Amino acid sequence: MKQYILPSLKLTLVLLVLCSIIYPLFVAAVGKLTPGGGGDGETVKVNGKVVGYALIGQNFTNDKYFWSRPSAIGYNAAGSAGSNKGPTNPDYLKQVQNRIDTFLVHNPGINKKEIPAELVTASASGEDPDLSPAAAKVQVKRIAAIRHLHENKLNSLVDEHTDGPLLGFMGPSKVNVLKLNIALDELK
Amino acid sequence: MNTELIGVIITFLVTILLAVPLGKYIAKVFAGERTLMDFMNPLERFIYRICGIDPIKSMNWKEFLKAMLTINLLWFVYGFILLIYQGHLPFNPDGNPDQTPDLAFNTIISFVTNTNLQDYSGETGATYLTQLFLFTFLQFTSAATGIACLIALFNGFKEKTTDKLGNFWSIFIKSITRLLLPLSIVLAIILAFNGTPSSFKGKDTIITLQGDTQNVSRGPAAGMIAIKQMGTNGGGYFGANSAVPFENPNYFTNVIEEISILLVSIALIFALGFYLKKKKLAYVILGVMTFFFILFCINNIYFETKGNPEIDRMGIAQNIGAMEGKEIRFGSASTAFWSVATTSTSNGSVNGMHDSLMPLSGGVVMLDMMINALYGGVGVGLLNYFIFIIIAVFISGLMVGRTPEFLGHKVEAREVKIAAIVTLLSAFLIKGGTALAAYILVHHANADWAEKPSAWLNNPGYHGFSEMLYQYTSCNANNGSGFEGLGDNSTWWNVSGGIVMLLARFLPIIGPVAIVGLLANKKYIPESAGTLRTDSTTFGVMTIAVIVIVTALSYFPPLVLGPIAEHLSMHAH
Repeated sequence: MKQYILPSLKLTLVLLVLCSIIYPLFVAAVGKLTPGGGGDGETVKVNGKVVGYALIGQNFTNDKYFWSRPSAIGYNAAGSAGSNKGPTNPDYLKQVQNRIDTFLVHNPGINKKEIPAELVTASASGEDPDLSPAAAKVQVKRIAAIRHLHENKLNSLVDEHTDGPLLGFMGPSKVNVLKLNIALDELK
Repeated sequence: MNTELIGVIITFLVTILLAVPLGKYIAKVFAGERTLMDFMNPLERFIYRICGIDPIKSMNWKEFLKAMLTINLLWFVYGFILLIYQGHLPFNPDGNPDQTPDLAFNTIISFVTNTNLQDYSGETGATYLTQLFLFTFLQFTSAATGIACLIALFNGFKEKTTDKLGNFWSIFIKSITRLLLPLSIVLAIILAFNGTPSSFKGKDTIITLQGDTQNVSRGPAAGMIAIKQMGTNGGGYFGANSAVPFENPNYFTNVIEEISILLVSIALIFALGFYLKKKKLAYVILGVMTFFFILFCINNIYFETKGNPEIDRMGIAQNIGAMEGKEIRFGSASTAFWSVATTSTSNGSVNGMHDSLMPLSGGVVMLDMMINALYGGVGVGLLNYFIFIIIAVFISGLMVGRTPEFLGHKVEAREVKIAAIVTLLSAFLIKGGTALAAYILVHHANADWAEKPSAWLNNPGYHGFSEMLYQYTSCNANNGSGFEGLGDNSTWWNVSGGIVMLLARFLPIIGPVAIVGLLANKKYIPESAGTLRTDSTTFGVMTIAVIVIVTALSYFPPLVLGPIAEHLSMHAH
């Protein structure tokens, strides 16, 4: 055994330098060159004031904004998590039903079968920054009434902020909620 | 066809296309032929010199395993100490605490064994020091350990008769310098340019547009995520793993990470073909694995895109699938594909929560881990598959009345016994562990423990049983994903999970390497008309049958009690 201990020890030290010092420092150095955050995470500013991280979703519960999806952590991005609820869990199903009821109260004129399921189910990270286009559009009626705006104008705002599939043919379409709401505030 | 499905199909095809040249490259590296990465030569010679390693000295199977086990033991001691004192050590900007001894026991085993089960959450349970000097380090070294042991198998069958399997140190080092490190750098740069943090800035606090206070965890994540995917490790920088936008910012990175999960494991199959000059054997192996893989993908994509029937009953629109525990930017098809990829390869990273998968999707990812050889972890996947080959050779030998042989070496009682023990071990650990946990939960639910067993489960009924079954299955497969609702940071789960991971890592490495050592040492029998060819489609079908029989017989009962029962109950009313 002894003939293996010394090389093990030395090799561990050498590889610590290579994998735990040189490698991350190199990646951090490259990260400095990236556009946006320079490796710190890109922030979004309104009038020079940081209002959020571009990639991290945030809570929107106010009726005048497009709501985000439910989050198991209330969008506290200090500790990401999903709900981990199983599909047949009765408490979970009750919770979803409550979210549907709440949504209907806040969105008069919307029929239950128009509510997209993603708007009443929690995301995996608890920090999902996006909505599906359908989940944004179902909220247009409410926001138009509160802000006294034309529904068509809001629908085209959602369309403008919809990112289509990658290269036009891979993956889903999505709308970034923070950017959409910033644009909403800027609408006259 | 919809864009989500096209995305998945293209991802898989690109993976296979990339794996062919990478496999060729890997074969060249370990055969000592010239490659593009030869500029690493001086670095490797430098490492050999200061570590006192003679890279030319070839080892027999016992020496090879001793070297491998010694360095792994050293990492265990080093890591345990680091974890229980991490709160007092530097590079802890968020002020996170020490790990408790039982948690540290679980965590260090988890990373040494390439499992990366995380009973802690990355944002609060680790420091920058442990993330880099322990987790990132072990993500490289545990993956390289697996690859080295597979190369030993390659070497054993390259010569007609040999007792030498190569130099562990040299193969191990080259796996890092020529394979894992360059691939990780490429992936880390792609991630960094898409917005994954790479700097050492600590947690940030901001005021959101609506006026709430929001904390945002950051840190040197890009590098760790790269090696976590390339080395089939799976342990994320952040708690919710690759579902977190910082770990996986968009659909493009999602595709790249999916490719990375599968790439090295599949490339190693091609490498086997190139290295042994037995391409047909490699194609048969790839074919068998891909057969199961595609079957599993179809199942999971079907159920996840179809959505939760319980939610359909509420009368709302479920057009983009079962979105509980999924992210909009990936969609349900891609999350379903990822769930199969990550459990096939013993990676264990997730881009959606497995606890919230539909019952039969959850069942399939468990089955995937129970087989644990469909591509499998880097290196160890093929070693596991080798065990199935030995059993298939043995059974088909008996059926046709010939002496079983593999690549010109007689397979005899000793080798088959080892193979049988390795196979039975998994069934014992998974079912034994789950049975024990279920017993304690039922009969000692309110035991006077720090965390009462009654608080373990996040979901009642069949699904709760699945949470426990999944945990042991994941530990046994050295996978590391979880039905994360399980309260696994408690003494019972930390300790029992740790023991399962440890046994399930090293015995299935020692077993196959020992078999290779024994076989390679035997007299070479040239192929004749009477040889049962292992590179034929017939033998491939035979291997499929063996895998089905071994896993179906072993695991059907617990799968019925968990996922299948849940599925039936869901459709019963």
